[in-house]
Amino acid sequence: MAFFVNTRKKISRFLKAFFRKRTSRLGIYGPPNAGKTTLANRIVRDWVGDAVGPVSEIPHETRRVRRKENITITGQNGSSVTFDIVDTPGVTTKIDYNEFMEYGLEKEEAIKRAREATEGVAEAMHWLREDIDGVIYVLDATQDPFQQVNIMLVGIIESRNLPVLIVANKTDLPDASPARIKSAFPQHPVIPVSGLEGTNVEELYEKMTEYFG
Amino acid sequence: MIQGVQIDLISAERLDKLTMMEKIHLILDEVMEGNIVVLEKGLAPEEQSKLIEVTMREISPDGFAGIEMETYPVKEAQGGFLGKLFGGRRPETRLTVIGPANQLKTLRKDKDLISAWVSSSR
Repeated sequence: MAFFVNTRKKISRFLKAFFRKRTSRLGIYGPPNAGKTTLANRIVRDWVGDAVGPVSEIPHETRRVRRKENITITGQNGSSVTFDIVDTPGVTTKIDYNEFMEYGLEKEEAIKRAREATEGVAEAMHWLREDIDGVIYVLDATQDPFQQVNIMLVGIIESRNLPVLIVANKTDLPDASPARIKSAFPQHPVIPVSGLEGTNVEELYEKMTEYFG
Repeated sequence: MIQGVQIDLISAERLDKLTMMEKIHLILDEVMEGNIVVLEKGLAPEEQSKLIEVTMREISPDGFAGIEMETYPVKEAQGGFLGKLFGGRRPETRLTVIGPANQLKTLRKDKDLISAWVSSSR
């Protein structure tokens, strides 16, 4: 029965997208500090010559969902895909402003950041349920991928039958282990990249044309 | 007066009778009071997504900092003959522990064990 339900959902999504005549929306999701905006900037710079937003080492630098429209990526075999890229705040179940003060922010600034971050995460979850057609799930390859938030988010994405590519980011760092991420999510393609240095992004682009085209 | 941390164990039967928003408010009301909630049957992905969204809207400086949540890995339930024929196995939600982020810390977790440390100080 699930086969018929899934097929019906896919047809419904296709018809909705067709009649609305809108470009599909590709969401970049993942936990805080996984390098989502760095990767989004890399993709946008490579194909449009622009950027999505600023990056920093302080968690929740991206606090509002940001969108860049009409990005067209062409693969080596000539196939291409056009989408709006949606960079989202890092998804978490807790935000404590004291954490930001450890990075040198004043209390008021830290509280403001926490408030904006909570609104941003809520907005990102809402978008995932309503407006996203495919997901690039970005993980920091130096961190434990078996965290509850990752398991939960990938489960939510799967339940919506959205195509998902998992990016094992930060492979430029010595502790990076894309293999650990592959073992955590064997049901999805995992592409090791360094968004910062641009290492292996060609493979990501190739997969994106296959997966989201 | 009894001091300590209240733990509410909520049965699958009770959860099944509630709507998505009723479940979310039941969990968050308890957790915001400083209680730990153990769900006999976890939440569906749609409910988890909504729980994160509503949790974010309840977080406040020097107040509620969010939730800590742990569950066992999802088990694939047998979907019977038709399920197998069409590849339609639906995942089975499992026991879930939810508590205030500033009081509940998971010490150890593997596929069949969750060890949690609960602090009574808020």
